[in-house]
Amino acid sequence: MVLRDKVVTLAHGGGGKAMRDLIAEVFTAVFQPPGSEDQARLMDEALREPGARLAFTTDSFVVTPLEFPGGDIGKIAVCGTVNDLVVGGARPLWLSAAFIIEEGCPVDTLRRVVASMAEEAAKAGVRIVTGDTKVVERGKGDGVFVTTSGIGVIPPGREIGAVQVRPGDVVLVNGVLGDHGATILAARGDLALSSDIQSDCAGLGHLMEAALAAAPGIRAARDCTRGGLASTLNEIAGEAGVAIELDETALPLRDEVRGVCEILGLDPLYLANEGRLALFCPADQAEAALAAMRALPEGMGAVAVGRVLAAPAGRVTMRTPFGGSRIVDMLVGEQLPRIC
Amino acid sequence: MNGIRIRVRGQVQGVGFRPFVWQLAQEFGLTGKVLNDPEGVLIHALGPQVDEFVAAISARAPKLARVDAVEVSDWAVYTAPVAFVIAPSQGVGAETRVTPDAATCDACRDEVFEPGRRQGYAFTNCTHCGPRFTILNGLPYDRAKTTMAAFPMCPACRADYENPADRRFHAQPIACPDCGPRLWYEIAGQEVAGDAIALAAQALRRGSILAIKGLGGFHLACDARNGQAVAVLRTRKRRTSKPFALMGIEADLAEVAVLGTVDRALLRDPAAPVVLVASRGALPETVAPGMAQLGVMLPYTPLHHLLLARFGGVLVMTSGNLSGEPQVIGNDEAREKLAAFADGFLMHDRDIARRLDDGVERAHPRMVLRRARGRVPGTLPLPPGFSGAQVLALGGQMKGAICLVKNGQAMLSHHLGDLDDALCAEEFTKAIADCTALFDHHPQTVACDLHPGYRATREAEGMGLPLIRVQHHQAHLAACLAENLWPLDGGPVAGIVLDGLGLGADGTIWGGEVLLGDYKGFRRVSYLKPAPLPGGDMASRQPWRNALARLDQAGLSEVADRLFPDQPRETLRTAMARGINAPLSSSAGRLFDAVAALLGIVPDAQSYEGEAAMRLEALAGPPGPGYAFGPGLDPAPMFRTIVQDLSDSVSTAMISARFHDGLAQAFAAEVRALVEGGQAQAVALSGGCFQNARLLTATLAALEGVPMLTHREVPANDGGLALGQAVIALAQMESV
Ligand SMILES: [Fe+3]
Ligand SMILES: [Mg+2]
Ligand SMILES: [Zn+2]
Ligand SMILES: [Zn+2]
Repeated sequence: MVLRDKVVTLAHGGGGKAMRDLIAEVFTAVFQPPGSEDQARLMDEALREPGARLAFTTDSFVVTPLEFPGGDIGKIAVCGTVNDLVVGGARPLWLSAAFIIEEGCPVDTLRRVVASMAEEAAKAGVRIVTGDTKVVERGKGDGVFVTTSGIGVIPPGREIGAVQVRPGDVVLVNGVLGDHGATILAARGDLALSSDIQSDCAGLGHLMEAALAAAPGIRAARDCTRGGLASTLNEIAGEAGVAIELDETALPLRDEVRGVCEILGLDPLYLANEGRLALFCPADQAEAALAAMRALPEGMGAVAVGRVLAAPAGRVTMRTPFGGSRIVDMLVGEQLPRIC
Repeated sequence: MNGIRIRVRGQVQGVGFRPFVWQLAQEFGLTGKVLNDPEGVLIHALGPQVDEFVAAISARAPKLARVDAVEVSDWAVYTAPVAFVIAPSQGVGAETRVTPDAATCDACRDEVFEPGRRQGYAFTNCTHCGPRFTILNGLPYDRAKTTMAAFPMCPACRADYENPADRRFHAQPIACPDCGPRLWYEIAGQEVAGDAIALAAQALRRGSILAIKGLGGFHLACDARNGQAVAVLRTRKRRTSKPFALMGIEADLAEVAVLGTVDRALLRDPAAPVVLVASRGALPETVAPGMAQLGVMLPYTPLHHLLLARFGGVLVMTSGNLSGEPQVIGNDEAREKLAAFADGFLMHDRDIARRLDDGVERAHPRMVLRRARGRVPGTLPLPPGFSGAQVLALGGQMKGAICLVKNGQAMLSHHLGDLDDALCAEEFTKAIADCTALFDHHPQTVACDLHPGYRATREAEGMGLPLIRVQHHQAHLAACLAENLWPLDGGPVAGIVLDGLGLGADGTIWGGEVLLGDYKGFRRVSYLKPAPLPGGDMASRQPWRNALARLDQAGLSEVADRLFPDQPRETLRTAMARGINAPLSSSAGRLFDAVAALLGIVPDAQSYEGEAAMRLEALAGPPGPGYAFGPGLDPAPMFRTIVQDLSDSVSTAMISARFHDGLAQAFAAEVRALVEGGQAQAVALSGGCFQNARLLTATLAALEGVPMLTHREVPANDGGLALGQAVIALAQMESV
């Protein structure tokens, strides 16, 4: 080991030996990208199939704290981009990873983040093939920011997207909601919330392939990240020009998450997830899709939570246990109290 | 020959005005004609007694009419008319005005109880009473455009309809047992043979709960004296403690409530609202738990009269709906949705075209708490200085109501409910289309609240029209100014706006404000010292959260620890310190909640909006010197005194009284300084807290000698917001 520094300094971003040592030892030694050029040259058999299409996506990740029960920023950075590919029907193949590191960030933290990235990438069957690092002055970052981009291949004939959604479809989710958001809130400390909740952070490639194999009619999928299930469903309802009705009694929620939300006045429907997706499936294939998902650890809690209606276009509602129906709107900025 | 031409302005169409004029003309032996046109009623009259005739027009106008002006000019007559006639309407827009639904008049009531062809007939009405807005499908207002179109008139009814001397002349919903709607009683979808009224009355006496189809929707009814029946109704409706409205004839109501002269006058108003009156405590506590008042109304259709006469007592009459949803209006809808609530259904086959809840009002001090059936679509004149531009305002969130402004008149809609409810939101969207079509309204501008999360705001944003966003509490202030006809150029007014929550111009949450300004602009002069709302909207549901915030602020954390031992205090303290869903707010409504929780009033959860504040008001003892606030309207000193009073075993009645009076006096001192310093011409009181009669009375007392503007016909709460938004938008359009 050449790198002896315990923390990242501005010198590690200076372009000299310190920087080369950091990159070589912390990043490329772990990720092992092909070649030494500043570009990755890629080929995969899947690309040769007639009718196959490329999928390409990018996302930036910021989270406080960097490490939390059930994951860290590295795991989110891989899973997030992998999931963005997966919900479009693509098989993820390659990722890039760019790091903006704040001066003073412990090198050990960085090593752990990188290790969990490598682990998640291996699980998802993707390779991290190119990347970048920058160092910013103390106070100009928040430990580490990570940007990942991903390329995947959509097999021929697979048409998945919001526009495919039809009235009568069933809405499935792969497990309890809001664990990630609640974990982050609790992990920010001194809220005196006693909870054993863990982030749900997970790559969903295998789950999606299993669901598609069991229910080839799946119309659309969307990961429920920032803004929670509520925001995801509003997006889909808007893009598909349909209404979505949730059944409140069917929503999978952990008691701990329910409790945290009750205390802090938050709606679990809007809490972030990092390993949850909403699947839109023809009603006659819903049971098959659910069974396939439940066979995998990341889909053990899969349930149907609602259904698609024809109208009013773009509206998401939730049927309450007493038969009423509340509107579940897209959040506008932060949540402001409305009761006058 | 010279006759006179008389122009009558006001609410003079669809209220029997032309037959009234025709009868006057017969009485004074005049010839000429009367007709409706877009400006109102136009009369040409010739004869020796024209002066007496003119005087009688306003003096003896029909009960439902509102005469704003009678203008007389000369009429040069070339060919003397031989008779006095009712002439066809003239001009575009004539007869486009619709009057509100009106309670059964005395003549019609007597008719259903006396021998004759309408004896016992539940749908009897005349030009002076009966359904209007609730049966209207379109304009002009005649039978074909109402839900009475399904019932062709029989020859006898037709004769009444065409006879100017009959009180049913041109009464569009005229009907009789031969030609009109039919009443029946059904159980589980099966009609029960026999007299429907008798069957229903019998079931009610046995303690059953009935769904009754009324004028603007279905009610759920039961015997108010039967505690068991009331309890069952509460369980079925999942309505734990929100007060139920009552219906009875005046003599029966007088046994359960104290009816003063002004209360009786308001009860007998053609709008027949639910009137809040002092309870005698004669009914089971479960009718209105924790309240010193009852909401009572008189029967307002022949159906109700006949039923009450048979039943012989006071009925709980609560809206037939799932909690939070709009009232049910369709027969099949009722069978489906109310089956779980009702043991029997009193049904009829006249469709309800438009859903209208019962209005809720108070006679003393006069206020409209919920503007609904009987008041809409009545219009309000705009103050001097406003132009005739057309504006649509979409109001607030929890108490949806819209306002259409046109030709210097404002039409403030009825209560449309909580727009978070999917069906209410649908109703809201429909109401916009309905009202704009009905009033031939083509808005140039839409006004809405600053709050981006209100459904009304989103609706406004989607209309594709120029949008004016209005600060919530300025809108409250402007609604009060407009109702009081404060001129556009009347100069600045000091507004005390005590309210729940509204988004402020600075991005924080306001609600206990002293504003200096008018329609054109305002300055936030002072405000209740802000406290965090731990849990955001959750703080509006759980009063103890506000007590925690205020007690901590007053250095009384240990009191909060003692009072709320099982609550997650430490978590919320951290959330407040770190700004996690704990926005700062100057809300007066949450101050009421904090004090209520401190006194042990529903601290854990309110079962309906405003419960804590209403129970606190109900407790209040006689007026006196109030608790002192600190500089900057800081309630901390008051909380320290209350805690001391509690440990000295001062009564909660006294503490509640001193809180109401202290709040009133603290804000009164702020605005008195503005008026006496010449910065403000008058003081206006608005915001939901001023529906609290005790607070309103205390504020008026504290401001004796200062010119005061208060709400009377327009709700002080968000039900009046749209009017304020509309006039502010108009003022902005004027100034461009
Ligand atoms: Fe308000
Ligand atoms: Mg992305
Ligand atoms: Zn009548
Ligand atoms: Zn008839």
